[in-house]
Amino acid sequence: MDTRNIMIVGVGGQGTLLASKLLGHVLVSCGYDVKVSEVHGMSQRGGSVVTYVRYGEKVYSPVIDKGEADIILSFEKLEAARWLEYLKPGGQIITNTQEVMPMPVVTGQAQYPEELVEKMRQAGARVDAEDFLAIADRAGSVKAVNIALIGRLSNYFPEIGQEVWEKAIECVVPEKFRELNRRAFELGRQA
Amino acid sequence: MTKELMLGNKALARGFYEAGCKVISSYPGTPSTEITEEAAKYEEIYCEWAPNEKVALEAAHGASLGGVRSACAMKHVGLNVAADPLFTISYQGLNAGLVICVADDPGMHSSQNEQDSRHYAIAAKVPMLEPSDSDEARRFVSIAYELSEKYSTPVLIKMCTRVAHSQSIVSLGERVVPGQVPYRKDPTKVMMTANSRNAHVRVEKRTGDLIEYAENCELNRVEMGDTSVGIITSSTCYQYAREVFGAKASILKLGMVYPLPEKLLLDFAAKVDRVIVLEELDPIIENHCKQLGIRVTGKDTFPICGEFSQNLVKNCLGMETPAYSALPETIPGRPPVMCAGCPHRGIFYVLKKNKCMVYGDIGCYTLGAVAPLNAMDLNVCMGASCSGLHGFNKAMGAAGEKNSVGVIGDSTFIHSGITGITGIAYNGSNSTIIILDNSITGMTGHQQNPTTGRNLYGDPAAKVDLEALCRALGFRRVRVVDPYDLAQVETVLKEELAAEEPSIIISRRPCVMIKGTVTAPALKADSEKCVGCRMCMQIGCPAIAMKDGKVAIDPTLCIGCGVCTQLCKFGALCSCEKEEK
Repeated sequence: MDTRNIMIVGVGGQGTLLASKLLGHVLVSCGYDVKVSEVHGMSQRGGSVVTYVRYGEKVYSPVIDKGEADIILSFEKLEAARWLEYLKPGGQIITNTQEVMPMPVVTGQAQYPEELVEKMRQAGARVDAEDFLAIADRAGSVKAVNIALIGRLSNYFPEIGQEVWEKAIECVVPEKFRELNRRAFELGRQA
Repeated sequence: MTKELMLGNKALARGFYEAGCKVISSYPGTPSTEITEEAAKYEEIYCEWAPNEKVALEAAHGASLGGVRSACAMKHVGLNVAADPLFTISYQGLNAGLVICVADDPGMHSSQNEQDSRHYAIAAKVPMLEPSDSDEARRFVSIAYELSEKYSTPVLIKMCTRVAHSQSIVSLGERVVPGQVPYRKDPTKVMMTANSRNAHVRVEKRTGDLIEYAENCELNRVEMGDTSVGIITSSTCYQYAREVFGAKASILKLGMVYPLPEKLLLDFAAKVDRVIVLEELDPIIENHCKQLGIRVTGKDTFPICGEFSQNLVKNCLGMETPAYSALPETIPGRPPVMCAGCPHRGIFYVLKKNKCMVYGDIGCYTLGAVAPLNAMDLNVCMGASCSGLHGFNKAMGAAGEKNSVGVIGDSTFIHSGITGITGIAYNGSNSTIIILDNSITGMTGHQQNPTTGRNLYGDPAAKVDLEALCRALGFRRVRVVDPYDLAQVETVLKEELAAEEPSIIISRRPCVMIKGTVTAPALKADSEKCVGCRMCMQIGCPAIAMKDGKVAIDPTLCIGCGVCTQLCKFGALCSCEKEEK
């Protein structure tokens, strides 16, 4: 098989690293070669963050380049738009509809663009947009938004059974948050 | 064999465990920090945070002389600090093996420069290994120790951001601990005149021996395929080469980047029609090839600046890159910001209000330079805020002294600020230094340091008394302020700038990201009282936004620090507690 490319994007502090850890865990348990590339440091202070997840028979480069991503999983709408150029033509975007204002918008130097979901569709992307913050809230805490998003992502892997994802949550999430995250996964998957 | 998806840095830590390493002394720095943090999880390895990289390397070398395998880890600029011991340890040699991990940051994801650490290997005449993924990182540690002990030299392992912070699959091995090497007094180990002259001769012979080793070692491998092009490469560039040219291309993959082989390169070049050297940053492999008379495609085609990727390689070679679509409009940037409630914010607000020249330093507070605060004029390297300001004021006289400050975090102060302020007191500039004491090393992910009273493991440790230290160094004026109290900060700042002698202001508040930092309930915005003057927006707090011309507080971010309430003249921002009264 060709290498498949998943990008997880968001705002520093939103929990993208746990999401990529979980996805990496699932893909390794399925027997794939996997590479996950993260950004630590400065950008984790509320900046734009991206994690690359690549899997297949043999993965070389740890990074995903423009026009290469099969799926972009976005924790924030503007971030989905920012990384759109990395999507393959006709690729899939899964995005939280939450809006986190970046500092240039807060200070009035820039506007938060309107109707981003529609614009991304017009640019040729398939877009699955939903208020995952509300889903996480229903599961018990907005902090589980990352796992709710992973729940939705799991629908795009028909070859991987639900039990594999659940097992990965068990391995990656500390016990006291496990029940919350299991619910968030389930609600994200169903929604 | 157990396999695990592992971060490059964690794989290095695993390598240290497997190779029987017993002592690691490091200073944190992105992208190297996790090496030591992960190694500390093995109870068989003693790990510590040293005050700086020079101390770390000297301590690790001391452990080697004491007879156990030891290591230290640092980011690329950390090796500048540790360069002094490195060059002479290279001469003096070792007892047990010593490995130095250095993590470069091409693309400067979290660094102030893009220096290429390979120059240090060349200059200090120390072998350098360069893994291209996590499993190589793990395996190379054991090889590095074998080389270190066989040739009596420290060995550098060079990481880069994409190897350090990428996870790939690692096969786990067993830990093998060599016996402790007995310490014996050896008069030739004192590095002075005759001994050093002899040591230099020994180092030159060692380099010759290492070149011999490089010709046939398992670290350097030829993967022959299609001979129309041959690629000479190392590190993550090997991965880009395979990505671009596929499994059938001919590649000479170098796992040891200093010293480089000669015959191996000549033989490989002779077998292919065209040679491409693929390396990030400086043309080190390329220049070596050219010295050997090999014609190569290198920096005439690929950039010296920045990080590589598969598309970059394709673009440089005129190959087709994937199609993609973009939105017609500009997407607003999202630069990193100080956290809501960050104790640095109030300080930078007051400095901006008073139009101070601010000589900054390295840490989270470098974010004081970004909009809307824009409150930092300069920064260079760890500690330059103190010594640089001193020189600035010697040139400017009162015009500088009355209006300028140096700003330095607690960990950075211990790292390199103490000597700088000693210079201020001793050489008498009326400089004012603000120590931002947030009780943690923040930017690198919350490591303990000598000012926190805790060691790497979180256990109680000696705590530097900053006030007493500054007084002991010759400062009579040492003030402590609460950065959440803007009026107090401003009063003290004005007094210390006016004083006709050097001063230290310690701004003391723990980082809000430390577990257990006491926070207050989120503030409430009163849209009736808000007149939309945007005064509160001047501090760049991510918890404050304007909605329909009125202030709005994000309750998930606000920690109730109250700095914004001191800016609002209309009482539109208030704490819940006050409301209840």
